[in-house]
Amino acid sequence: MSDIGFSATRRLILQGAGAVALVGLGNLPFGMAPALAAANDKYPEDAFKAKSEADAIKALYGKSPEPSDKVKMDAPEIAENGSVVPISVSTTLADVTSIAFLVSENPVALVATYRIPAGTAPSVANRIKMARTSNVTVVVEAGGKLYSATKEVKVTVGGCGG
Amino acid sequence: MTIRRRDFLTLAGAATLTGGLPRLARSADNAGVYDLERFGNARILHITDVHAQLRPVFFREPSVNLGVGTMRGNPPHLVGKAFLDRFGIRPDSADAYAFTYIEFEKAAGRFGKLGGFAHLKTLVDRLRGDVGNGRSLLLDGGDLWQGTGLANTLQGADMVDAANLLGIAAMTGHWEFTYGEKVLRANLERFKGEFLAQNVFLTEEAAFNDARAFDPASGRVFKPSVIKEVGGYRIAVIGQAFPYVPIAHPKRFTPDWTFGIRDEELQKLVDAHRNSDKVDAVVLLSHNGMDVDLKLASRVTGIDVILGGHTHDAVPQPIAITNAGGVTLVTNAGSNGKFLGVLDLELAKGKVANVRYRLLPVFSELLKPDPAMQTLIDKIRAPHAAVLDEKIATADRLLYRRGNFSGSMDRLICDALRGELDAEIALSPGFRWGTTALAGQPLTMEDVLAQTAVTYPQTYVQNMTGGQIKDVLEDVCDNLFNTDPYYQQGGDMVRVGGLSYTCTPDETVGKRISDVKLDNGHALQAGKSYKVAGWASVNEQTGAPVWDVITSHLKSGKPPNRSAPGVTLKGVDDNPGIAGPG
Repeated sequence: MSDIGFSATRRLILQGAGAVALVGLGNLPFGMAPALAAANDKYPEDAFKAKSEADAIKALYGKSPEPSDKVKMDAPEIAENGSVVPISVSTTLADVTSIAFLVSENPVALVATYRIPAGTAPSVANRIKMARTSNVTVVVEAGGKLYSATKEVKVTVGGCGG
Repeated sequence: MTIRRRDFLTLAGAATLTGGLPRLARSADNAGVYDLERFGNARILHITDVHAQLRPVFFREPSVNLGVGTMRGNPPHLVGKAFLDRFGIRPDSADAYAFTYIEFEKAAGRFGKLGGFAHLKTLVDRLRGDVGNGRSLLLDGGDLWQGTGLANTLQGADMVDAANLLGIAAMTGHWEFTYGEKVLRANLERFKGEFLAQNVFLTEEAAFNDARAFDPASGRVFKPSVIKEVGGYRIAVIGQAFPYVPIAHPKRFTPDWTFGIRDEELQKLVDAHRNSDKVDAVVLLSHNGMDVDLKLASRVTGIDVILGGHTHDAVPQPIAITNAGGVTLVTNAGSNGKFLGVLDLELAKGKVANVRYRLLPVFSELLKPDPAMQTLIDKIRAPHAAVLDEKIATADRLLYRRGNFSGSMDRLICDALRGELDAEIALSPGFRWGTTALAGQPLTMEDVLAQTAVTYPQTYVQNMTGGQIKDVLEDVCDNLFNTDPYYQQGGDMVRVGGLSYTCTPDETVGKRISDVKLDNGHALQAGKSYKVAGWASVNEQTGAPVWDVITSHLKSGKPPNRSAPGVTLKGVDDNPGIAGPG
């Protein structure tokens, strides 16, 4: 049955989501890749402040991605726990330089962006916090172009099985 | 492969239109309904969602089972006359009684109870004997161990004994998981068949801590599949547990396990059985629910038949779904022990050449109870009989649960919650199990427990704002009416007491529920706080078990509330999934 306290929980999640957005940013060594849009050393502050998915992508890359079936995202249809939703991505695209995760309904859409050094398998798995049911979008930057995959992940109060 | 699948497509189409038709015109006054024409070389028998009903039951099928989107008007979302027409069942027949709600009380008197393991055992043995040794296989689709007071007290151990005597070769699970890992494993130690689940994995933390798994490399907690030799051919049976156990039930029962539909992993498994093991047929024993199975059948290739459960849909004929590899047949075999699915396969090297399917109602009055099974049931029940047989009240009307929005049994439960716990509003889960009581029959503790026997029966009383209440209604409604079945969980709508509302199933989440009013006619206010009582919360609660609340209410002798359920539906006028209240 229903989670009685869930609205209060959601509010907590809303507050927490901003903090989670930092998780994906490591100080990865980055000497060899060409200086593509996302490939500078600066913290993408504007992108992590953008409210909407489109604004975040624009701030991060300055252009829009095209959907591609070469971006393989693994995400649950319904999250078992909205505060740690396992999302992973891998791709067969060549020359991948960055991978970004966005949750369109989170208060801040950009969750994490990873830089992929040359010679690294382009595969990232992380757990993200989701405020509510939302599309999750993964953007892969490869050969200077942007590719994406999107899937809806439902965050539910649960209960009431057959 | 391509040729094989194309062969199957042609033949399967014919089979579902001709051989798939059960002998529907007969009434249940003749055990000849179980004389099946011999067909093929391997027989698979399938039961599912028995919900621990060891004894025969009344169970009214729904008068509301709405389909939305592409599911609208298609099986299993047909009720009443539309159902009879679609499957060629004669009105006023025994099959009309077994498969639909039509004139339920009248027909119940005429055709009697269905199911019961002693009667089922007789039928299973007969159908296995008909085809000879080594030519049949009995499978259970899960929700075998839960649903009665006896099973709840014995934590499913009673059903393991009954399953062993019945001869179940393999099963998968759903409510089985709500006993927790320790009890589940202890029961499986005693189970003589296989417990199969390709879609249950260790969480990353549990894997890191070396938690027990069938296959530590993949993290699969249970054996995913088994190859059985039947009639000289090799059949791969893959188990698919209910995909949303940690969401639909308290997570504390399965903290180390993660579920999901996992159709990519399933595809790899099917391919391995086809390409490496060179099996002759692949069967998916599924607890996905029928809509999920129909979608899965369109995406995953190489499965011959999905033997489905969970949504309690009694569907007399398989639905053929075309996918990139060929055709997959999808079945669903009802609930509460009412039905036995009979899948006769004509197998050839590496393929299913032809099939016949029947979903046989288990008419208890036509089947002599098997003495050994009856003895076992009596022996298990005897120490608990005094408690279970206690008469609590008399049914003042037909009491049933099944239906998308409400049933008279849940009206009673909501009345009990509101009255006993002094709450303005009651919420009760939209479970699909729970037997039916006829007007005038005694209601025993066993009957009360048949509606409530879960491992988290505690009631709660809590203040919720109108906004929170509406969010709950919207959320559960989306679990039922999301147009993408992979986003459904398979239960019915949460039952409400003290509230009325309008529902538009074809809308999207957040827009389906409107005009929410209290019983006094006042609109529910988003910012105002209301006292709400309920039970079976996914959060840990400490209130009295709901069965105690219900028995107190029934014994108090308060006049029954016979007001009509307060749900108004919009946009369903021409939907064949609705034929009356409920």
